[in-house]
Amino acid sequence: MAAVGLSATHPRKRVLNTGFLVVLWCCLAVGVVSLVVLLVYVAVQGAPAFGPRLWRRFPSFDPELSGARSAVFGTIWTTTLTGVLAVPLGVGAAVYLEEFADKRHWWSRLIELNIQNLAGVPSIVYGILGLAFIARGPIGLGPVILTGGIILALLVLPMVIIASREAIRAVPPSIRDGAMALGATRWQTTWRQVLPAAVPGIATGVILALSRAIGEAAPLIMIGAFTYVPFMPTGLDSKFTVLPIQIFDWVARPQAGFSQLAAAASVLLLVILLSMNAIAIALRNRYQRHW
Amino acid sequence: MSTIDVAVAQDPRGILRHRHRYGERLVIASLAASATLSVAVTVGIVVSLVEPTVAFFRQVRVGEFLFGTTWSPLFTPPRFGVLPVVTGTLVVTVVAIVVAVPVGLGAAIHLSEYAHERIRRVVKPGLELLEGIPTVVYGYFAVTFVSPYVQRWWPIGDTPGVFSAFAAGSVMGVMIIPTMASLSEDALRAVPRDLRQGAYALGASRYEVATRVTVPAALSGIVAAFVLSVSRAVGETMIVFIAAGNTPNLTFNPGEAVQTMTAFIAQAGTGDLPQGSTGYKTIFAVGSLLFVLTFTMNVLSRRVVRRYREIYD
Repeated sequence: MAAVGLSATHPRKRVLNTGFLVVLWCCLAVGVVSLVVLLVYVAVQGAPAFGPRLWRRFPSFDPELSGARSAVFGTIWTTTLTGVLAVPLGVGAAVYLEEFADKRHWWSRLIELNIQNLAGVPSIVYGILGLAFIARGPIGLGPVILTGGIILALLVLPMVIIASREAIRAVPPSIRDGAMALGATRWQTTWRQVLPAAVPGIATGVILALSRAIGEAAPLIMIGAFTYVPFMPTGLDSKFTVLPIQIFDWVARPQAGFSQLAAAASVLLLVILLSMNAIAIALRNRYQRHW
Repeated sequence: MSTIDVAVAQDPRGILRHRHRYGERLVIASLAASATLSVAVTVGIVVSLVEPTVAFFRQVRVGEFLFGTTWSPLFTPPRFGVLPVVTGTLVVTVVAIVVAVPVGLGAAIHLSEYAHERIRRVVKPGLELLEGIPTVVYGYFAVTFVSPYVQRWWPIGDTPGVFSAFAAGSVMGVMIIPTMASLSEDALRAVPRDLRQGAYALGASRYEVATRVTVPAALSGIVAAFVLSVSRAVGETMIVFIAAGNTPNLTFNPGEAVQTMTAFIAQAGTGDLPQGSTGYKTIFAVGSLLFVLTFTMNVLSRRVVRRYREIYD
């Protein structure tokens, strides 16, 4: 460690130190600035077209008259369905793996490994699964809300499981021991003591997972979600579109009016997503308990 | 004699014996079932990919698929050389990684080694917040904002068109910065303070501590963050679908329009191809390739962490 031997005031050392710090500052600045530029640019481009017509009007071939009503409601439908499917399944799996499974058993280890791998599978591959099995193929539901909800639920399931497991693991064993010592069964302990204590962590994970589901377009494109849907979804068997797909459709059109609409719809989507993420992060920081 | 005493007297194992709680067993069984579902999903993915892929390779030779240099499966005559979409993926990924990794790592080192706690408290959750920006929005940004600058300032050779691997890749890099920064920062902060303080005590400067103590100690975590970033870049769809041009192109020039594996899958998926046609099966063949690639990288990143992690108590 020759350089360490140099005194702190050695000029070469000082240049290195300052240079390094400047480079680091630049990195942080590039990261932050480029993301800020993106947000500001989208907001500025979208401002003229932003307004209630986005959620009041249906898409049309005239950009002046277009809105994203069907996409907004399609997003609400699919996201709700995703939550209804993914939350019980994900939290259930997490509870089982943390509280009941024998962690050294090969089956538990396989599940564990499998969940980590699923979390890294690209979203479009889930779209392929949906296309082959759910939209067409054996189940053959077609490109409807139910298909979209199932695919998005499978996509975010690993996120929900991983976050819930972390939240459950953070509840100290003394809580469980106390409940068991008072005669509670394992399930009573889990249901009345462990889960309530883990709720903030689980909620954070669920919100982040749903916000991921809201922003996804690729898997829904694969199952054949439509880009032009001038009607409201009426039920789970309804054809549908969602905001990201509507934005994608508008970006691809040459007229300037549609580009503006794409930006306006992006602003709407960003407002929804960023506020969800902000709530999740605030929730975590506020209710994070140190036992 | 109380009832408990009677119960104990009648049954030697007494109240300690388990009452059968069928409801509880049912609950636990359904919890186990939901945990098993995740395995079913993987099996479903593999089965949905393998079966049509095998059928695809009955019609197209493996050699033609892997080494052919023309990719036009949906035209007549169809050509099934996957190399152009592989190089397309490669070029976009390299551009994205060149942007994301140095910037993300630099930001992480700054946050963990230099930044004031107050800055860290704002920037870190801010970065996490930005991880939630949907990729269609990045795609829009790439086409309408970045692409004109790329065209204006392209230094060498022909001016790129509106759609180019560079425009898509650089914006994808911006997308990955928060992930890279956040994961590397976690790894850096996990290095115990004693190590830093020991180095300071020996007279090291902050630069020396960062480059010779903290970064090497956190290297396994940083490498894992790198591999995960590459995996995200390879698997990302919407940015490249919108901004890279969707033209299969065997090139290493980032100024040209390309098509990635993901973008091809999305394009073929929107095309409403008849089920059972060779064109339809190409979706699955390319999907299998993509799945194998990202799967390998994810396994690799975990291996790196497990094998090379420096464990401090």
